[in-house]
Amino acid sequence: MTYLLSDVSTMAARSLRLVSRDLDAMITAVVLPVVILLMFVLVFGGAVDIGTDYINYVTPGVILLAAGFGAANTALAVEHDMSSGMVDRLRSMPMTAWTVLSGHVVASLVKNLATTAIVFGVSMAIGFRPEASVLEWLAAVGMILLFVGWITWLAALVGVLVRSPDAAGGFTFFVMFLPYVSSAFVPVDTLPSWLRGFAEHQPVTPVIETVRSLLSGGVPTAADPVGVAVLAVGWCLGLGLVFAVAAGLAFRARR
Amino acid sequence: MAAIVTAEGLQKSFARRGSASPPVLDGLDLELEEGAVLALLGPNGAGKTTTVRILSTLLRPDAGRATVAGFDVVREARQVRQIISLTGQQVAVDDKQSGAENLTMMGRLAHLPRRVVRERVAELLTAFDLSHAAHRQVGTWSGGMRRRLDLAAGLLTRPRVMFLDEPTTGLDPRSRQALWDVVRGVVDEGTSVFLTTQYLEEADRLAQRVALVDGGRIVAEGTPAQLKRQVGEAGVELTFATASDADRVAPALGVATVDGTRVRVPTDGSVGHVRAVLSAVEAAGPVPEHWEVRAPSLDDVFLTLTGHVGQESPARTAEVAA
Repeated sequence: MTYLLSDVSTMAARSLRLVSRDLDAMITAVVLPVVILLMFVLVFGGAVDIGTDYINYVTPGVILLAAGFGAANTALAVEHDMSSGMVDRLRSMPMTAWTVLSGHVVASLVKNLATTAIVFGVSMAIGFRPEASVLEWLAAVGMILLFVGWITWLAALVGVLVRSPDAAGGFTFFVMFLPYVSSAFVPVDTLPSWLRGFAEHQPVTPVIETVRSLLSGGVPTAADPVGVAVLAVGWCLGLGLVFAVAAGLAFRARR
Repeated sequence: MAAIVTAEGLQKSFARRGSASPPVLDGLDLELEEGAVLALLGPNGAGKTTTVRILSTLLRPDAGRATVAGFDVVREARQVRQIISLTGQQVAVDDKQSGAENLTMMGRLAHLPRRVVRERVAELLTAFDLSHAAHRQVGTWSGGMRRRLDLAAGLLTRPRVMFLDEPTTGLDPRSRQALWDVVRGVVDEGTSVFLTTQYLEEADRLAQRVALVDGGRIVAEGTPAQLKRQVGEAGVELTFATASDADRVAPALGVATVDGTRVRVPTDGSVGHVRAVLSAVEAAGPVPEHWEVRAPSLDDVFLTLTGHVGQESPARTAEVAA
């Protein structure tokens, strides 16, 4: 137990080092989110009329989409550890073996924090004007990290369960689907009714609404922002707990 | 000397309910003496990797019992992990980290103090002739260097028992030789080594005792010399153009055996004996198309002791999937 923190930080430092030296992962973490942001704002933005600057509306959505892509990378990294001899060696050592997974998750949080900063930076450079106090900024970033947390634990679970890098890569489709069918890019009331039901009740929507109302630069926000925020935090903590436990159990069970 | 690793009646099956595939381990017993090297020798699919995985706490046996330094590998796995190291078939180092970074990480995870980690990493990099590449990413290294780093990673803690699962499979002869030297050095420092291999030569060079495994149980056990005596000597093998030539020569050679166009004479491999055999062949008349002195191979060992040659590919996939 005393070594838990040191094990997790050692494994997180390792994951970050591996990510920073992996060109694919770096493009996913740095270039891709910026390209998506520019595409939504400059290409689609002109055609979407939501009564305010689209950039103010879409920036949080791009950050959550980027978090999904970042998590997909974690699924790949975990799969690689499982199928290379690394996990066997770590399991035969006197450390708590699932700290391997925690290390990946912590690294994903740090990585996405950097991605978030980059996307906010570029977004402000091209016209994003949030109106938020320091406290609201911290709350918004905290909300984003909670989201990154659960989706990364899910990615870790996928990485433990699948038996090939291709299968781990398939996770990308799932993480793209969730933000697209939410209020991240367009208001849900513009969706066909059968999609709207899903969009309104899936975890991404309350998270997006919460980040938006915290940073709101004149964007119409939910009628009951506190209720939505509680819902968002509940979703993230609940899913995070479920997937963390499931990933830990799957890790122990896989031989 | 006392046994540091013991296994009694290990059973393990990966069969799903209802399927009829045979057990991977079927009552395996073995013992490794403290300070010695035991080679578990057998073909792919014989149960070598499964045995190593059970002894190194990665896998629970279905039945039977195994201990390391007196600790039960299932109930006292934590204590076992404090004193062993495992180097699996696949090299377990990160390609995107440098050699020094890989070792430092493993040292930290083994909970060694920072200062000790620094000293041990430098020491091992030098001992394994890797200092010159220490700060290059391992992905750029040769297979032999990566294997040596892999072994070094297992030695940071000065383990009492080191498990090596087919450490030289896929290495070129020079790297194999270098790795054998490393293992000998490890043993000289007092570590007991449990090694699996498909190569009789490797078992012969490294191990005081060899256990032959087939079908999940030990079929023979002893010193390399004892085992080879059981299998038979080296032989002079002569191949003739026709079977009748072979039949004409054989009587002149005493204990020779004939198999079609091939004649085999047991030999101790000495120059005198081989010359005597060849002189007798020359005197008999027919000129062999080809001749060689052949030492017993793993195939010979298996043929003699189990009545069949070790299976290759189908069993291999079973073992990997397991």
